[in-house]
Amino acid sequence: MQNPPVQASSASIDKPALVRALRQLLPPEAVLERREDLRPYECDGLSAYRELPLVTVLPETVEQVQAIMRLCHRRGVPVVARGAGTGLSGGALPHRQGVLLSLAKFSAILSLDLDRCVARVQPGVRNLAISEAAAAHGLYYAPDPSSQIACTIGGNVAENSGGVHCLKYGLTVHNIQALKVVTIEGELLSIGGGALDAPGYDLLALLTGSEGMLAVIVEVTVKLLPVPERAQVLLAAFDSVARAAEAVGNIIAAGIIPAGLEMMDRLAIQAAEDFVHAGYPRDAAAILLCEVDGGNEEVSEHVFQVRRILKDSGASEVRTARDERERQAFWKGRKAAFPAVGRISPDYYCMDGTIPRRHLPQVLEEISRLSQHYGLAVANVFHAGDGNLHPLILYDANKPGELERTEAFGGRVLELCVRVGGTITGEHGVGVEKINQMCTQFAAPELAQFHAIKAAFDAKGLLNPGKAVPSLHRCAELGAMHVHRGELPFPDLERF
Amino acid sequence: MADQDLSNRLREQVLAAADARRPLCIRAGGSKSFYGRTPTGDPLDLGGHRGVINYAPTELTLTARAGTPLAEIEQLLREHGQMLAFEPPHYAEGATLGGTVACNFSGPRRPWAGAARDFVLGCRLINGKGEILSFGGEVMKNVAGYDVSRLMCGALGTLGVLLEVSLKVLPLPESEITLGLQIGEQQALGQWRAWARQALPISALCHDGSQCYVRLSGPPRAVSVAAGRIGGERLADKENRFWLRLREQRHAFFDTRKPLWRLSLAADAPALPLRGKWLYEWGGALRWLVAETEAESVRAALGASGGHATLFRHGDRAQAVFQPLPDGLMRIHKKLKQAFDPAGILNPGRLYPDF
Repeated sequence: MQNPPVQASSASIDKPALVRALRQLLPPEAVLERREDLRPYECDGLSAYRELPLVTVLPETVEQVQAIMRLCHRRGVPVVARGAGTGLSGGALPHRQGVLLSLAKFSAILSLDLDRCVARVQPGVRNLAISEAAAAHGLYYAPDPSSQIACTIGGNVAENSGGVHCLKYGLTVHNIQALKVVTIEGELLSIGGGALDAPGYDLLALLTGSEGMLAVIVEVTVKLLPVPERAQVLLAAFDSVARAAEAVGNIIAAGIIPAGLEMMDRLAIQAAEDFVHAGYPRDAAAILLCEVDGGNEEVSEHVFQVRRILKDSGASEVRTARDERERQAFWKGRKAAFPAVGRISPDYYCMDGTIPRRHLPQVLEEISRLSQHYGLAVANVFHAGDGNLHPLILYDANKPGELERTEAFGGRVLELCVRVGGTITGEHGVGVEKINQMCTQFAAPELAQFHAIKAAFDAKGLLNPGKAVPSLHRCAELGAMHVHRGELPFPDLERF
Repeated sequence: MADQDLSNRLREQVLAAADARRPLCIRAGGSKSFYGRTPTGDPLDLGGHRGVINYAPTELTLTARAGTPLAEIEQLLREHGQMLAFEPPHYAEGATLGGTVACNFSGPRRPWAGAARDFVLGCRLINGKGEILSFGGEVMKNVAGYDVSRLMCGALGTLGVLLEVSLKVLPLPESEITLGLQIGEQQALGQWRAWARQALPISALCHDGSQCYVRLSGPPRAVSVAAGRIGGERLADKENRFWLRLREQRHAFFDTRKPLWRLSLAADAPALPLRGKWLYEWGGALRWLVAETEAESVRAALGASGGHATLFRHGDRAQAVFQPLPDGLMRIHKKLKQAFDPAGILNPGRLYPDF
């Protein structure tokens, strides 16, 4: 198994024949093949990469998905699954010789089981819709990626999505109990069940975050939690990022696990303040937002302790939201950080590395040095509790060479994360975006092991080819061209 | 015993075994040798491969070699006011981190805190080809590559020899109390369902056939308010002794030579029509049965509960100890085994007879 297939044969597929065959499986309106109909599927949330699929299909039953997969498997046609297309790493970027499998029509909540505190949902159900449906019963679904209003649960599982509450409530993998998936051979598999564990290997964990490389998700059973009795947020201003980072460590050392713990640097604070007027201190070098939740007594106790810790850690100012309105206002600035940065720059590029938090001051210093080197400004937004960095690189795609410089800069940031013991992606996935950095994070035998896992599910390499795990060949070439690494990413992709 | 890194020596042994196609039986403290199908093969001893490599209390992460005794890790964490929140059972003195993760063993706190697999952040392992590989890392969020670290949890060493494991750790609760309620199993099952929908600081629920036990964990005021709502009698269990005995299967219920079945199923599943002695844990999601009943009958009784049954101790270990898998899943299992261990030398047959 030295070099298993990961990229499906690039030999040309007979499109008319494929379309005819698909139309025998699906109603006419569920098979899109005209250029203008395919256009909406050309990219996901990482819009710098675009590609038209050969054909888009919109099945609405599991049997149809199975039939499509059997057909594609038989004909050697690549399949790329897509939910809402909000992903930020190009995981749903179509394959030009492949079928784009949209799960948009799988949008039903199949059951809310209040006795078991679980919901059985189709993959195209929006993340927030689950919590909305459960709210009447005092329950909710914990993971809340910032795109939760639009992103779908199937995509969340494929990417193992996080959000601002991960430190306390975990990622998608901690909050799902069962999956139904269809393999590339068209077989329907049930993974997990009604119990807290399942016999055999933990395929639930293996499939979560597998970026559509192993199987297509057609049903998800998520865990629901009781809505906490109360949530309270504190805002603290600091005159240095290092001091803010130290405050985070002090809160955790005191035995408190906040529900959310977010940090923003000066540029992010100012952009957010100009945009939504959240009342942030504009002159602070960094602010921390710390939310504690739980029972009434627990929250009172923790608010008291966190206030004291923040002050003892050198905060120049600590505010506690007086009511729900003010709590929402504190969060509004953080939640609007990305669009706020979008207002001050024609384009921005969102990075997603994770580091052991103790290296934060050093990493931010290095990012600032790189920012000067590349002549591109950076705003930093940070899930401080779990070490997940989101540097936003400001650029202008209309200026020749700026996107390339941005990507080179981004690549250096990710390599920096790996160097301090972190990872190239905390929650956005590898997709096409970070495929080169996978060569930095993993050695050849590890990548070969990934390919062997892929082959166990998809021997022909038809599911989402070219994503998530680079070929050893690609890494070898990058290694050989080390000087140019990052300046020539994805030479086979079109540029816009 | 001194901390030492035996990675290279262990790798040599795996390579030699792969060359000779001689099965290996991975072991360290031997505390879990009762578990799974009958072990076979030459011993691969990880007992000496031990030591905490990194512990960062404010990052909530710990990395240790697989042969590190659990007791040593727990002691270190306790000194910093932290714990392994999945409350792993030891079952015997020599219990190690590697064995715990390989079995995915978790204790009374599991339904509320998560299982061992939920706390694994990364690992270093030797696959069946003798390659040393690293996956995941020491950070909470990491989606680079497939989640091989969690795949190792509960794989009983059949996919790789764990060398190091990185875990998320959590603060010890500020206070803990145990309540006793004089109610029967049926009533307890109903009560537990109702509590599950409320935001109560519950960290363990058990019915041992005589009464219902409730453990509450958190800030003292929160715990005492919840205790008022739940009622019952506050038990003098300052040292957590009841839960410790339960976790370690030293509770009188487990004092038997008859087959002990572990049934993992939906917490709201009704009582199963099987004769024997029952003990309910995990708010009803884990049920222990002492009975001489045939495996087929136990598994048939699970019916549509969505659960599975494991022959945990005693009984015939040559048979299917774990719930047989449907054909489709078994095919994937065999291919995954092939992907990690093509020569089939790592703990063959320990999980399923087929590999």
